[in-house]
Amino acid sequence: MNHSISLTVNGARRDFVLDDPRVTLLDLLRERLHLTGTKKGCDRGQCGACTIHVDGKRINSCLALAISHDGADILTIEGIARGDQLHPVQAAFIAHDGFQCGFCTPGQIMSAIGMMQEAQAGSDPERIRECMSGNLCRCGAYAGIVDAVLEAQAGADESNQRRSA
Amino acid sequence: MKQFDYVRPATVKEAIAAAAQPGAAYLAAGTNLLDLMKGNVSRPDRLVDVTHLDGLDRIDRLGDGSLRIGTLVSNADLAHDVEFAKAYPAVAEALLSGASAQLRNAATVGGNLLQRTRCAYFYDTASRCNKREPGSGCDARDGENRTHAVLGWSESCIATHPSDFCVPLVAFDAIVEVEGRSGRREIPFDELHRLPGNTPERETVLEPGDLIVAVRLPAAARGFAAHARYLKVRERTSYAFAIVSAAAALRIENGKIADARLALGGVAAKPWRARPAEEVLKGVSPTADAFQEAAWRALTDAKPSGNNAYKIELARRIVVRALTLAAAGTPARIPALPASPFASSGAIHA
Repeated sequence: MNHSISLTVNGARRDFVLDDPRVTLLDLLRERLHLTGTKKGCDRGQCGACTIHVDGKRINSCLALAISHDGADILTIEGIARGDQLHPVQAAFIAHDGFQCGFCTPGQIMSAIGMMQEAQAGSDPERIRECMSGNLCRCGAYAGIVDAVLEAQAGADESNQRRSA
Repeated sequence: MKQFDYVRPATVKEAIAAAAQPGAAYLAAGTNLLDLMKGNVSRPDRLVDVTHLDGLDRIDRLGDGSLRIGTLVSNADLAHDVEFAKAYPAVAEALLSGASAQLRNAATVGGNLLQRTRCAYFYDTASRCNKREPGSGCDARDGENRTHAVLGWSESCIATHPSDFCVPLVAFDAIVEVEGRSGRREIPFDELHRLPGNTPERETVLEPGDLIVAVRLPAAARGFAAHARYLKVRERTSYAFAIVSAAAALRIENGKIADARLALGGVAAKPWRARPAEEVLKGVSPTADAFQEAAWRALTDAKPSGNNAYKIELARRIVVRALTLAAAGTPARIPALPASPFASSGAIHA
């Protein structure tokens, strides 16, 4: 049985016909839309490489059935830069060497942006590590990742202050 | 993953009818179920998706002062609900000590209660498991069983219930609201999960089609808010299941313990309410001796199910530490490392 669903992906509405209900959001993004920035690491919700935002919240796309998310608003790593202008978290990851091989990086960045929006960690490195524990980095670039998030958080705090001043 | 039919009911009534059929399973976020289906551990013929049902994602304060939490509220939204976290801080701390931020954003209240054990032999379809395949045997009995149950286990099954959230819920006498084929009923939290006995495949008292629609925390549990903690020992400080955990809560009046609540996680097939320990605490001063006595009472019936005798002594120490932390007072903010014995903020030394 075919199922029709529609999603908003990085701001654009997309309609799909699914001939199999087993398709995850991860596989839909990668195989149907060729948005391969979202990575398939463990495919079991343990590594965080597949992190995307669904209706503004970071989740593991490997453990989400596409069919169940009919109508959802999806943001992936491909949707965060403005043209050639990197998202501040992307720029901070480059500035602080927040990666080595880069495989986990899209998930790390989407998770970091989600974490900043959740506003639970602030600029406490311990809370940042705790709030980022769902993203594994086998190269062990954690020190650079935390530094990148700290800088991005400081930048966001500063622009918020400017806005409210 | 086995092929399945996907059904998206428009009402709770339709959902119950669809899920009461043999081979059907409810789908909420699917953070545990899809993992099990990918490993062929769960093989439902039909998924009944309840995530689009209206009205199940609300948090409401009722007239009697209790808090009613809809089954589709995410673990993260609940933990960060200001009124909830203030009234039931140990429940919020338990929630935030579980899984990862991504999983907490997706995982629901009802799904958390009904998640399956993480016993490796349950997950490994090449192993014998009485829970997965009744009557096949239990490879955990003679296998890697250092994290398995020390209370309430049977020769059939030594698996533990993995939830953190459920531990303070049982301590605080939460009520589970269920809709089923014969209407609505309420289940005291301690009666939701079953011990394995000879039927470890039956993990709860729920019948086919039964849908958990809400969990209610009674007003009385608010009385513990000033002295309530959740403490959890795990293999790593974040994003790991409990080896042993404890929810401890005290109501202290005029220097004496007026009432006490204690429950353990990671030790049995259900969240383990330690009523005998609560009894010895009532009316006494909150001292180290009293907490030691409570810890002994909590583990009186414990026995190793394998290479895990250490968990009994560990559980006693976690009980003492959790009670000590509770007596010291609930921190103003949940620590940076929720429920961690290594937390760098808040009083930690017994």
